[in-house]
Amino acid sequence: MALLEVNDIHTYYGNIHALKGISFEVDSGEIIALIGSNGAGKTTTLRTISGLMSPRAGNIVYAGRDISSTRADLLVLSGISMVPEGRGVFAKLTVEENLDMGAYVRTDGEVADDLDSAFEMFPRLLERRKQLAGTLSGGEQQMLAIARALMSRPRLLLLDEPSMGLAPVLVDVVFEAIQRIASEGVTILLVEQNAHMALQIANRGYVLQSGEVAISDTAANLQRNEVVQKTYLGID
Amino acid sequence: MFRNKSGEFSWVDFTIDVLRVLIVLAVVVGAWNTLSSGRISLAQWVNLLAAGLSQGSIYALIALGYTLVYGILLMINFAHGEVFMAGAFSAFFLAEALNRTGFLNEQPLLSILLMFMFAGLISMTVAVLVERIAYRPLRGSPRLVPLITAIGASFFLQYAFRGLYGSNFKAYPQVRALQGAVQIGDISIPVAQIFVFCSALVLMFGLHWLVERTRIGKAMRAVSENKEVARLMGIDIDWVILFTFGVGGFLAGAAGVINGLFRPQGVNFYMGFIPGIKAFTAAVLGGIGNIPGAMLGGLFLGVIEAIGPNLVLAGLGIPGANQLKDVIAFTMLVLVLIFRPQGILGERLSETKA
Ligand SMILES: Nc1ncnc2c1ncn2[C@@H]1O[C@H](COP(=O)(O)OP(=O)(O)OP(=O)(O)O)[C@@H](O)[C@H]1O
Ligand SMILES: [Mg+2]
Repeated sequence: MALLEVNDIHTYYGNIHALKGISFEVDSGEIIALIGSNGAGKTTTLRTISGLMSPRAGNIVYAGRDISSTRADLLVLSGISMVPEGRGVFAKLTVEENLDMGAYVRTDGEVADDLDSAFEMFPRLLERRKQLAGTLSGGEQQMLAIARALMSRPRLLLLDEPSMGLAPVLVDVVFEAIQRIASEGVTILLVEQNAHMALQIANRGYVLQSGEVAISDTAANLQRNEVVQKTYLGID
Repeated sequence: MFRNKSGEFSWVDFTIDVLRVLIVLAVVVGAWNTLSSGRISLAQWVNLLAAGLSQGSIYALIALGYTLVYGILLMINFAHGEVFMAGAFSAFFLAEALNRTGFLNEQPLLSILLMFMFAGLISMTVAVLVERIAYRPLRGSPRLVPLITAIGASFFLQYAFRGLYGSNFKAYPQVRALQGAVQIGDISIPVAQIFVFCSALVLMFGLHWLVERTRIGKAMRAVSENKEVARLMGIDIDWVILFTFGVGGFLAGAAGVINGLFRPQGVNFYMGFIPGIKAFTAAVLGGIGNIPGAMLGGLFLGVIEAIGPNLVLAGLGIPGANQLKDVIAFTMLVLVLIFRPQGILGERLSETKA
């Protein structure tokens, strides 16, 4: 059974029909890439899954439960965590306080251990532990946003363009981290403009176009797909 | 000077600059006259300062409620003066009861502690109810709308208390332990003032600890910065907002007790209005939304009110200067709004925040 099933969802911003019947599924342990050009509906899809928005039609089933109208803060408790577009670190909180907020829902006694693992994954954050997050570089903020999302010990991690605005070296660091997170058993739904990198680490992928799923296939097939190559990989 | 950003002459800027010069001139001349006449001795200045700091710490406690709510919702809770009144009123009844049994003067410290808890809880409840009933259903509506329900809630509370307890003034019973003064050289400072200042300080440190160190305090800061991301952390933002109102309410209730012990007279359904506006002034003065700003703004306003009339107004030969305290406070509000709308510690308000 799939961990996440998205069934024909329609999401609106007021009158704007942003998602026009999107369906896909994510199995436990997979890395799934969602690619598509600007305005295709990638962010809206993640926002609808994470509970920041509700679909007007269709439903979302997570771990066997319909979560279409469950509040975002409650979904964190059931294991969904999201790194929002543009990182969304709390600029006026320190690095450590941001991580504490990631662990807000935790009641077990192992938060300190997870803090250590976060600093081990991203040593640059350890050096800046007491620094305000707003003073970090863009790349460091992205690392912090990912580390923070992991602090709730999610089963499903939603990542919205983690490579956006990063220097190539940092893109590699971030993608290595994503692979490592996946290898520890976290299921990943990855939205990327950088289709090349995303399809390299993903198992399967979906191409969104104007609020609909245009193509769905394994990552390997997508990389060979002529349309994908032309439109999203920049290969003529 | 006299020119706006594009370098053209502008009457508005001209007037503001002239105003600036006149104010500085008036302050300097008034202060010079007073100081050179030697009418007020050093000991008297110290007394004015102490009285100002005590009054200011009451403003500061109320101002914190305005600033906490503004920080999290970008909204002015204009019913906050009535939250203060509710606390002051309930502590008055408790003080009366304690006085009748004689407990108040047998165990003054315990009695005052009880009054703090009681008034704090009542004010907290009122603040939380106002949020729940008058503000939450309107969250997301245009900014003018909650302002109007705030005024409605304010009137409702005033007239509820009037209906229940009448409109005559009541006075707190005297606590004997707070009478008298501490003598340091030829300066004597009333015990009540020292008590007021110290208890306000304790409460402010408590708030600081709550906001900086605790889980809920960090959540308050997170919600105030970005509600959507806060929800993605699993934070129930409605609860955090309610909690913020509750904390502001508790501080206002405590301020009600402190006020009653400092100045026993004047317990009345209308008593929240002036302190409410003064505290709002203090919050704006310090930079609304800024916690240390509200503390500083409150103390500053209290001191200016105590010293300003004697130093500046009396020096300018204005009669009855001491009765012009309120003029000073509200002149400060207008001046801050003209010259430094972001307050002493605040950041410049951007369009999104203002
Ligand atoms: N707040 C909003 N109000 C109105 N329309 C919106 C809003 N946010 C997004 N949209 C519209 O919804 C559609 C999908 O937007 P979405 O942000 O999901 O795209 P995206 O695939 O994430 O694009 P990008 O790659 O640029 O991030 C677009 O047509 C966009 O204009
Ligand atoms: Mg997007």
